[in-house]
Amino acid sequence: MNVLEINNVTKRFGNLVAVSGVSLNVAKGELCAIIGPNGAGKTTFFNLISGFFPPTSGSITFDGRDITRLATNQRVTLGMARTFQITEIFPELTVFENVRISAEVAGGYRLRPWISRVEAAQVHARVEETLKLVSLETKTDRLVGELAHGDQRAAEIAMALALKPHLLLLDEPTAGMGDQETYQITQLIRRLHRDSNYTIVLIEHDMRVVFHLADRICVLDQGRMLAQGTPQEIAANEKVQAAYLGNAA
Amino acid sequence: MNSEQTRKLIALSAIWIALLLAPYWMVPLGGYTALATRVLVLGLAAMSVNFLLGFTGVLSFGHAAYFGLGAYGAGLTLKYLAASTPLSLLAGMLLGGICGGILGTLIVRRRGVYFAMVTIAFGQVFYYIAFRWNSLTGGDDGLRGFSRQPLDFGLFKIDILSSANNFYFFVLFCFALIVGVMGFILRSPFGRTMIAIRENERRARFLGIPVERHIWIAFTLSCFFMGFAGALYALVNNFADPRGLHYSQSGDFVIMAVMGGMRSFWGPLLGATVFVVLQDYLSSVTVNWMSFVGLLFVLVVLFFPRGLLGFLQRSKA
Repeated sequence: MNVLEINNVTKRFGNLVAVSGVSLNVAKGELCAIIGPNGAGKTTFFNLISGFFPPTSGSITFDGRDITRLATNQRVTLGMARTFQITEIFPELTVFENVRISAEVAGGYRLRPWISRVEAAQVHARVEETLKLVSLETKTDRLVGELAHGDQRAAEIAMALALKPHLLLLDEPTAGMGDQETYQITQLIRRLHRDSNYTIVLIEHDMRVVFHLADRICVLDQGRMLAQGTPQEIAANEKVQAAYLGNAA
Repeated sequence: MNSEQTRKLIALSAIWIALLLAPYWMVPLGGYTALATRVLVLGLAAMSVNFLLGFTGVLSFGHAAYFGLGAYGAGLTLKYLAASTPLSLLAGMLLGGICGGILGTLIVRRRGVYFAMVTIAFGQVFYYIAFRWNSLTGGDDGLRGFSRQPLDFGLFKIDILSSANNFYFFVLFCFALIVGVMGFILRSPFGRTMIAIRENERRARFLGIPVERHIWIAFTLSCFFMGFAGALYALVNNFADPRGLHYSQSGDFVIMAVMGGMRSFWGPLLGATVFVVLQDYLSSVTVNWMSFVGLLFVLVVLFFPRGLLGFLQRSKA
């Protein structure tokens, strides 16, 4: 069964066609990586999925439901969570508080002016469990704004996970990281995919990460879907090689 | 209990003890009880502004409108409807809160400077209504001809009109009630979504929080608190002034909040204390008292960006 079905979406900004007639199906439990040269429309494509803006044409279906026109927060409520290329966190709150907000929203308590002890304990347990998953359990009381870059990304992923999403969207999870941090985040995503069975779509520039993680790779170039396939197929694809080499030259 | 919790508890007890005993220590220091009452009421208004500014991160420059509406609501109730102090407070709070809630639906679509501009514009609308509608509001002269009534408990009555101390404790009771509600909300899941919006609106949205709706709720709540403070202010003066709705009054509340420390719950009360006491003292010395308050404000913003309370907390830690 497909978690996400994207059918022929196009997004224009004035005269610029940022995404042009792209289709993509993501099956449950799959890890799909989107790659492409700079300006290929990857982030725009991501923003269409997560509801930053509606597509000019085409449709998007999530868990069998048409979400093309739904607002961001409604998509999140349906089970879609994302992280950003530039980490989006609550810098002046602690790691625990960051994830607690997420867990409380997921628990349906966001409009509540009170919370019972039992509910608070459930939220607490959920936060601890999530922080353990991303290996931040020893840093719960630190302010997120003061953490190292890699830990901030892990915290952002933890906030997404605390929402219990059916689909996790990661926009360049290893952007701006050194080798050690890249390795740790890669291992984390691998665990989420293999052990916890999350369905993940990610954008990534680092080809080692992509080929290590992905079940399937989609190559975007100039707003179009250039190729889709397993890592082996993509590595052997001449059009893809041309797009990357052409861009570099 | 860890040391930080202990420190918080001590600070909190100190604040409440100082407030409870204010009529007894202010007079020997050269103050007077009515000054303490004014501090409480304007402090409550500054805390209401800060409920929105400091904890949701949106700046309203027109909150005096809801303060003034509260004052007129209370005054008109006492003058025309019922000679009851609690009813007048309730009416003032409802008038401020309901008007805020209705206009809020239009205001919360804007952000940043546009939000501030729209709040000023709507605030000025109410100012001109109060200023012009002579037959109802008394126009430029303000609304007169009402006074706060004794509290009637059936078996006995408490005189809050002629006894300054009784009135102070009544205002303190009201203050504690509203401040308690504010504190309770800020510590709830809803309060934490407010802080989430302040910290990072995009992240809040992508956690599934409908940001506009939550800002609207916070805005409306703060207008209810503001209306209540305004109603109390009408009781303090036995008078409602159209200038209480003017945007310069909104500016004063923002100054109190920022000067005291908008990231802390109690900061605006400290800001209001400094503002009101300076005003009281300096205005008997010079008509240009506002320039001294302004100078202090600039110095605080430049050197203690977290406000006076933020500075005090840091130097203690």
